[in-house]
Amino acid sequence: MIGETAAVGKGRGGFVFQVTTDPSHSPWLHRFVVLTAAATLFLLCVGGLVTSHGVGMAVPDWPTTYGYNMFFFPISKWTGGIFYEHTHRLVASVVGLLTAILAAWVWIKEARGRQRNLALAGILCTLGLMGVRTQTMFIVLASVAAVVLIYSFWKATHDPRPLRWLAAVAFTAVLVQGVLGGLRVTQYKDELGIFHGTLAQLFFVLICAIALFTSKWWNETGGVSRPTSEVHGESQTPAASVSSAASRSVRRLFLLSTVLIFFQLIIGATMRHEHAGLAIPDFPLAYGKLWPDLDPQSIETYNARRIEITAVRPIQATHIVIQMAHRLMALLIVVCVVLVAWNAKREVDPVLKRLSRFWLGMILVQAGFGAWTIWSNKAADIATAHVLVGALSLVTGALGCIICFRRLKVPVGVARASDQSSKSGAGAFGVNSATALNP
Amino acid sequence: MALLGLRSIFEEKTTLMKTTSTLSIVAALVACSQAATAGDITGKVTLKGTPPPEKTIDMKADPGCGKMHTETVKTRFYVVGSAGELADTVVMLKGISGKSTGASAAPLVIDQKGCEYQPYVAVAQTGQKIVVKNSDPVLHNVSTIRDKAAEGNKQSNLAQMPGGADLNFTFPAAENFLRFKCDVHPWMFSYITVVDHPYVAVTGEDGSFSIKGVPPGKYTIVALHRKAAPNGVEQEIEVTADGAKSDFTLEAK
Repeated sequence: MIGETAAVGKGRGGFVFQVTTDPSHSPWLHRFVVLTAAATLFLLCVGGLVTSHGVGMAVPDWPTTYGYNMFFFPISKWTGGIFYEHTHRLVASVVGLLTAILAAWVWIKEARGRQRNLALAGILCTLGLMGVRTQTMFIVLASVAAVVLIYSFWKATHDPRPLRWLAAVAFTAVLVQGVLGGLRVTQYKDELGIFHGTLAQLFFVLICAIALFTSKWWNETGGVSRPTSEVHGESQTPAASVSSAASRSVRRLFLLSTVLIFFQLIIGATMRHEHAGLAIPDFPLAYGKLWPDLDPQSIETYNARRIEITAVRPIQATHIVIQMAHRLMALLIVVCVVLVAWNAKREVDPVLKRLSRFWLGMILVQAGFGAWTIWSNKAADIATAHVLVGALSLVTGALGCIICFRRLKVPVGVARASDQSSKSGAGAFGVNSATALNP
Repeated sequence: MALLGLRSIFEEKTTLMKTTSTLSIVAALVACSQAATAGDITGKVTLKGTPPPEKTIDMKADPGCGKMHTETVKTRFYVVGSAGELADTVVMLKGISGKSTGASAAPLVIDQKGCEYQPYVAVAQTGQKIVVKNSDPVLHNVSTIRDKAAEGNKQSNLAQMPGGADLNFTFPAAENFLRFKCDVHPWMFSYITVVDHPYVAVTGEDGSFSIKGVPPGKYTIVALHRKAAPNGVEQEIEVTADGAKSDFTLEAK
């Protein structure tokens, strides 16, 4: 049987995730997705090191590397900035291959007949064509992938079995992402670098979401909250209702904080890809003030005092404003996540409680890394750690949102009790859902 | 008839040659008279105040670079003498265009040696050939990608293997501090100021400069330093047959 895993839709209580049990849940698929997520995190780390060291252009050609097929580039030539950039390309290839396997696996598991054969043929054909290592071929593939990506995303929001479409989104996104990285090198466009950095974060979120949807916990949670008859494909019990897994305030706060973190990551990517170094060299003050002077004379003085080892650009007032926005946004995010943790204390779901506390801890560590990045004069390892924890913060927020917004089907009596408890401030379920459903 | 036609063509050609010769002689005389009256602008640039300390460059990212140096390598933003003499300052006449002799000038040679660009700051004329050499036993990439390139000046990112052929560049438009850099070794960079005339010089370690063969007249002279005066400090000068002197004092902010 092909089981449903998760669906996205608009319910009475707002945007919610429908959770149903997948009786053919495959632990090995889940483990493979987790492996892909770990590889993606490693790729983010290497990509962060490339930008932190300012060596994104150390290999001037693409998809070749100094004229070599990149898989046969001699190790003896992996020196200086080439080491980071070339490693980034190789790890990206591994992540691309893992994503292709993931997509094929999900389509084999989730689809049947002509549709499945078509999907598998598409994946294999793409991998085969990627053997033609020319820029034109990659651009053609990425263009087709972009169209398929949009279609797959649309299908994922409308199909009752969205996992395969999410896998298709992942596969096409990784292809587009790779070509964006290549074009950033050959077209000399920093804007592409910012987009490349942002899409990397979204791709990581997507892979982690797929890992969540294929997890035993996710499927078991859905199973517990549904009558047994439905699990086996029978009609839904009339005495069942739908409830969200978290109270409205926590849902909203989780979503708000996650959106803020996403914007924060875009600001961060903009700062990093402007290659202007540290626009403000001190913290918590900025050039000794709460808000630094931005007149041309002051900017000239700041630039005259800056001694950077790499060939960074002279800073402009906009660079300083962007960094100030990054600092203020960080403060806002800390406040929001503190509110999430505070409000989640009243939630019954222990997972949400733990997740919100973990998230708060992560955000505080991230703020610490932000300060340390400045105090260390943007040391490459510290700046990269800041990027990594930022990615993990976004993923935690996104997964928290998915968990908060999921729809749990609970017996009517329990739902009513939950409504009453919710009004009295005891959270969505009023009592522990597992206890309520399994007395 | 045909003979008459040929004769007429011959006479026209002779007249043309005579006219051309006369013009050439006049031009040569004018040039000689200009050269005879042209003067040199000399001067010195000093830095007032204490610049920020230079940073040590760690070349361990490429052992091939590190082993070429026995002494500590530092950044070269402020090369200042004991009495404040400031090197690497570009001094040029302002407001002159279309006088480039770059096409016939000797090429400007920039070398990558010891994983450093030599020289760090240089000047070239529009149309002048710029040759980038790689004297290192390691590979470099020569990138001229920059934030704002003058219109017409191309950007590129080219590989240069050890012992590889020289790379040639020519820029048709004037541009201040056009950056050459290596991303394999991100501490390697150099700035070339491209001007549309030959009246430009870079200060040496003693802070002095000399702009040769300037026709007499009143000019605005400007001193540009990457850190101390990125937008330039200007002076008005008058050049006579005896030349002119122009000293600059830049401030360390």
